[in-house]
Amino acid sequence: MMNYIWAFIIIVSLIFAVFTGNIPAVSSAMISGAQSAVEIVLGLLGAMCMWNGLMKIAEESRLTGKIAKLISPLIRRIMPDLKPHGEAMNAVCMNITANLLGLGNAATPLGLCAMREIKKECRLTDRANDSMIRFVVMNTSSIQLIPTTAAMLRMRHGAASPFDITPCVWVTSSAALAAGLLMSILLGALKESPGRAARRTNHA
Amino acid sequence: MPEKLGDCIMPAFAAFIIIYGLFSRVSVFDCFLNGAKDGLKTSANILPTLIGLLAAVTMLRASGALEALTNVLKPVANAVGLPEQVVPLALLRPVSGSGSMAIVESILSENGADSFAGRVASVIQGSTETTFYAVAVYYGGVGIKNIAHTIPSALTADLTGMVLSGILAKVFFGM
Repeated sequence: MMNYIWAFIIIVSLIFAVFTGNIPAVSSAMISGAQSAVEIVLGLLGAMCMWNGLMKIAEESRLTGKIAKLISPLIRRIMPDLKPHGEAMNAVCMNITANLLGLGNAATPLGLCAMREIKKECRLTDRANDSMIRFVVMNTSSIQLIPTTAAMLRMRHGAASPFDITPCVWVTSSAALAAGLLMSILLGALKESPGRAARRTNHA
Repeated sequence: MPEKLGDCIMPAFAAFIIIYGLFSRVSVFDCFLNGAKDGLKTSANILPTLIGLLAAVTMLRASGALEALTNVLKPVANAVGLPEQVVPLALLRPVSGSGSMAIVESILSENGADSFAGRVASVIQGSTETTFYAVAVYYGGVGIKNIAHTIPSALTADLTGMVLSGILAKVFFGM
């Protein structure tokens, strides 16, 4: 999908530039945009390494496992069809913890592992069930405790206090996640409503 | 008060991790160095993506197309209390992480980090995720084809996050 989006953005820019007469600006923008990407990454390199270093300590000291245990009662409520102490539940909790701490590199493999375990435990073939959908929804919403990327960008642009958005981010992302989960419960209930189920058996 | 709280979170978090590491007898500095190397790798990995996307977004802005798009969608954004500058971010956020980072960067440099648009953009970036990417990677990875109501649920979360960013930025920062 990114192939099309990227090509689309560039082609639209060029076509637009022809009509607005902004061709010189667009051609210099191509180079300056690429250049500023380098500046951003270099500018954030220190903060990025500092952050990853701290997180490595959290990982090695098994803080992540502790947090996973701490959040598991909540996750059990969200995914009631998983065994409370099964492999799937364990992988789910580890993935959610990695996401909370912003360990993007660790979260994806743990998440894939969780998906495989959910599939196995719930004997799914090619259709997702409620627990799996809720798990993916949790991964498509941001549950990161510290909004590092946004804060680093804010630092670059002279924010008085780059991390001051954190409480606001917490409230916003919790509400967003709650809305997503509620919608998944609602849609799941609609699909499995008695009327529908009866109609389906009639068809069969 | 909330602003003060935001200031304390980072140092408190760092101190907690280091002290916890010491108590668990982890050689904290060695560990830190290993992690920092990972940070180097991650940065190197996102650089090419960011170059491509930031070049594209900067071109879009220079051509005037971004402004045109923003103007078209301005009434929609303002109706839900969002500054029109975040329209492109709202569109690209569910699709591309680096792409939205490129747009946040351009919003912050145009309007300033502590402007209303800058704050809303930062909150959106911090409170939403790359929905379509996560869906593709996770379901693709285990061969689930029928994803039922995943997308509408996930997009409900994104939409809620975006609308709330506008409202809550006003509440938290008195703008």
